[in-house]
Amino acid sequence: MNTHANEVVITGIGIVTSLGIGCERHAGLLADPQPIVPVRSTNIDPPYVVHPLPEIDWSEQIPRRGDQRQMENWQRLGVFAAGLALDDAGLKEDADACSDMDLIVAAGGGERDVAVDTMIIEESRKRNDREVMLNEMLTTELRPTLFLAQLSNLLAGNISIVHKVTGSSRTLMGEEGAGISALETAHARIAAGQSTHCLTGAAFIAERLDTFLMIESRNLSDRRLSSEPDLATGNPDGVVLGTAGVFLVLESRQRAEARGARIYAVLENVGGDRGPRNEPALTERLDRIATTVAPQAEAVDLVIAGAAGEPVTSDIEQAFLSSRFPNAALRSQRAAFGHGIEAQFPLAIALGALAIHNDTPVSPFGTNGGESPSAATRSAVVTTLGFQRGEGMARLARNG
Amino acid sequence: MTAGKFTDHLGRPIVAVTGMGVVTSLGQGIEDNWSALTAGKSGIHSITRFPIDKLSTTIAGTIDFVDVPSPIAVERSFAYARDTAHEAIAQAGLSGDFQGPLFVAAPPVEPEWSLRFAVGDRVPEDQRNGNAYAQFLSVFRQQPDEHFWESMLYGTVSERLADLFGTRGLPVTVSTACASGATAIQLGVDAIRQGKAERTLVIGTDGSVSAESLIRFSLLSALSRQNENPEGASKPFSGDRDGFVMAEGGATLVLETLESALSRGAKVLGILAGCKEKADSFHRTRSSPDGGPAIATIKGALADAGLHEDGIDYINAHGTSTPENDKMEYLALSGVFGDQLTNIPVSSNKSMIGHTLTAAGAIEAVFSLMSIQTGTLPPTINYDNPDPAIPLDTIPNVKRDKPITSVLSSSFGFGGQNACLVMTAEPA
Repeated sequence: MNTHANEVVITGIGIVTSLGIGCERHAGLLADPQPIVPVRSTNIDPPYVVHPLPEIDWSEQIPRRGDQRQMENWQRLGVFAAGLALDDAGLKEDADACSDMDLIVAAGGGERDVAVDTMIIEESRKRNDREVMLNEMLTTELRPTLFLAQLSNLLAGNISIVHKVTGSSRTLMGEEGAGISALETAHARIAAGQSTHCLTGAAFIAERLDTFLMIESRNLSDRRLSSEPDLATGNPDGVVLGTAGVFLVLESRQRAEARGARIYAVLENVGGDRGPRNEPALTERLDRIATTVAPQAEAVDLVIAGAAGEPVTSDIEQAFLSSRFPNAALRSQRAAFGHGIEAQFPLAIALGALAIHNDTPVSPFGTNGGESPSAATRSAVVTTLGFQRGEGMARLARNG
Repeated sequence: MTAGKFTDHLGRPIVAVTGMGVVTSLGQGIEDNWSALTAGKSGIHSITRFPIDKLSTTIAGTIDFVDVPSPIAVERSFAYARDTAHEAIAQAGLSGDFQGPLFVAAPPVEPEWSLRFAVGDRVPEDQRNGNAYAQFLSVFRQQPDEHFWESMLYGTVSERLADLFGTRGLPVTVSTACASGATAIQLGVDAIRQGKAERTLVIGTDGSVSAESLIRFSLLSALSRQNENPEGASKPFSGDRDGFVMAEGGATLVLETLESALSRGAKVLGILAGCKEKADSFHRTRSSPDGGPAIATIKGALADAGLHEDGIDYINAHGTSTPENDKMEYLALSGVFGDQLTNIPVSSNKSMIGHTLTAAGAIEAVFSLMSIQTGTLPPTINYDNPDPAIPLDTIPNVKRDKPITSVLSSSFGFGGQNACLVMTAEPA
C-alpha cells in the first residue's frame, strides 16, 4: 500500500527505562549474550515492586531551570526522552525540521499533590460540610503551576516549548491504547503522504502512588510483599509497573534518505483493536490484527510480547504468539522492563528497532530462562495488550 | 491535481457531514439548541451541583437535565457523547453497527473527591495516618473497587461508545485542551482522506465541571468573576470581559466521503473542507505576542480547503471572553484577513453556552454547519461595551439572516494548541 517514498522509517530513538538512558545503553543490553537483569525497587509503601526511574540529570535535555520547575517528573521524563530522540535523529538543531514536525503524544495525567490530597482527606474525617471544606482547602492549597504539570496535553506543550517542535500537536489518551493509536496515527499520516516527519511517544512514571490506584483498585498488581526472596528479579505475578520514557522520530523514506539519515528499521505496519477479553474472542482478535499487520508470519524472527502481566491474558498472548510466529524468538517485555501503560507500545517499537539495527542475537529478557535463543533479527513483531483493554501490534523490518 | 465530483482540489476524497447531534446548557438536541442560540439566550447560571461557598467564581454552564447513574465526570461525559451520537447517527440515516473508526475528544479525568472521601472513610481508624494514597491502596488490597477504577481510566468513555455504536478498530481519545473537539474532527477527516475509512464517528464531550476543575482555572485567573449576572458574564470581544465561563456539552458529527453519502442518498449537511493544526512554543498558557502560530493555523486551514482570504463568509470565533484570547484572536484574524475582516461577520457561541472546553471545537463545528444550512448567524450576546481595540462585526446581540457557503471555526488552547476548521456548503 505504501509507495516506496512514503515508507515509514525510524530515524531517531529517545529511550529511558529503569535499565538506563539512551540508545547505546539499550542496544548494548539487547546485544549482550547474558540475560537482561531487571532493575526493580521495592520501597514503594505499602510494599510494591516497580521498575524505577533511573538517575537522570534533567538539564541535559531541559537546560532551563525555569522549564524544569514548571513540570513534575512525568512531563520531565517525556520532554527528556523527546530531546534524546531529536538528538539521535540529528534534528535537534534543525529549526526548520522541528517547526513543521508533527507531534503525537500518548499521555496519562500528571502528578497530583499528594500532600494536599492527604490534608484534605484528613480534614474530611473531621467535618460534615465536606464540600465546603473542599472549596476552602483547594482554593488555599493548590499551586497554579501544579495544575499545568497535571494537564495531560502539557507534556506535548512542554515539548513544543523546550524543543520547538511546532507542527501539529496531538495528545491521545486512554492508557495502553493511546500509545498504540499514537503510533498507528503517525504511521498512517506518513504512509498516506499527509506528513513527512513525526515525533511520537510517551512517558510513564511507575513510582507514583496516585497511578498505583489504577492497578490496585482492581487488584491487578503483583500481590507479593517486598520480603519475598525472588521479587527483585523473578517472574512477575500480576502487573508490575515500569517507568519508561520513549519517543521516536518517524520519517518518510524519501525525507530520511534525502538528508542521509541513519535508518534503524522500517516501520512496516501498525494496527490495533479492542473488544471482549474472553476466549475465543481475544485470540480471534489478535489473529485478525496479525493478519493485517504481519501477514508473512513465518518470516518473523523476533517477537517482543507486551502483555501487562495479568495472568489470564498474558497466557493467551503467549500461546497465540508462539503458534502464530513459529520461527520467532519470543521475548516478554515486562520481564525486563515492567509494564509502562501509555509508554508500553512505543517502548516495544524502540526495542524492536534497536534489535534489528544491532544485527546480533537478542539477549533473553529477565532471568527465568526458557526464552528461545535468537538469530540476528530481520523482521520483528511487537505487541501490547492493555491491562484492561486494547491490543496493538506492529511489524518492523531491516532497512534495505 | 484537479477537483472532481467526489475529490477536492488536492485529489482527496471530499468529506461530507451527514449527521449531527448536540447538547449544551441550552438544551438537548439540534433543534432546541439552535432556536435558543439564534434567539440569543444564555445557558449560564449559578452553580447548584456543589456548594459555592468560598469560591471566587460561582457560575457555569453545567448541564443539569441529563440523567447519569453516578454524578461523576466520566458518567456525564459518556452521557453527552452517547445522546449526541444517537441523534447524529439517526440524522445520517444509519442503523446497526457504525463500522467506521471512532474519534472522541474527552476531558482528562481523575477520581472525584466524593469517591476519594468514600475510600478515606473505609480506612480503619488505626491506619488513618500518613499518605492518603497509601491508605487507599491498603483499602483496595482488601477489597477492589470497580467504580473508583472506572472513574480514573481515560479509556472508559471511548470504550463504552465503541461497544454501544459498533465502531471499528481501536477508538482514539484525544485531549488537546480547548482545541480537542477540533482535533478530533481533524483526525476523522485525516482517516477518510487516507482512504482508511469511508465514514468516521467524531465526538467531543465534556462533563467535567467540578469544584476542583473550577478552582484550578480560577487559580490561573482564567474565569469570569461576574457572578451577579450569570447570563451576562460571558462577553467575548467586550471591553469589560474578565474571563471565560466554564461549561459542559457534547456534539457528534458523522463524517463520510461525499461519494458514499450521495450513493446512499443521505442528506449532505455540509463539507469539512479544510483543517490545520499548528503548535505554539511561546508559553504554557499564553500565545505568541505576534499571533504567528494562530495566523499560520488559519492560513493553513484556508489552504487545505483550497480557499483564499476572500473565500470565508462567516467566522465562528473561539471567542472565550478572556482578555488575552480575544485580543490575540483579533490580532490573528486581522493578520490573515486584513482590511477584508470588516466585511466578515464574527460571532462567539461562547457568549451563550460558555466555554465547553474539550467539547467546544465539535459543538461550534455543529453550529457553524447549522449556519450554512439555515442562513442564520447566531449573535455574540452581552456585547454592550465594545472593546475599541477589537473592531469586529460581532453580530451584536441579535442574530443575522445571511446566506453563507463557508465558515471558519477556530480553537485555541492552553499548551500552545491551535486548530482551525473550514466548512463549506455542499458543492453545487
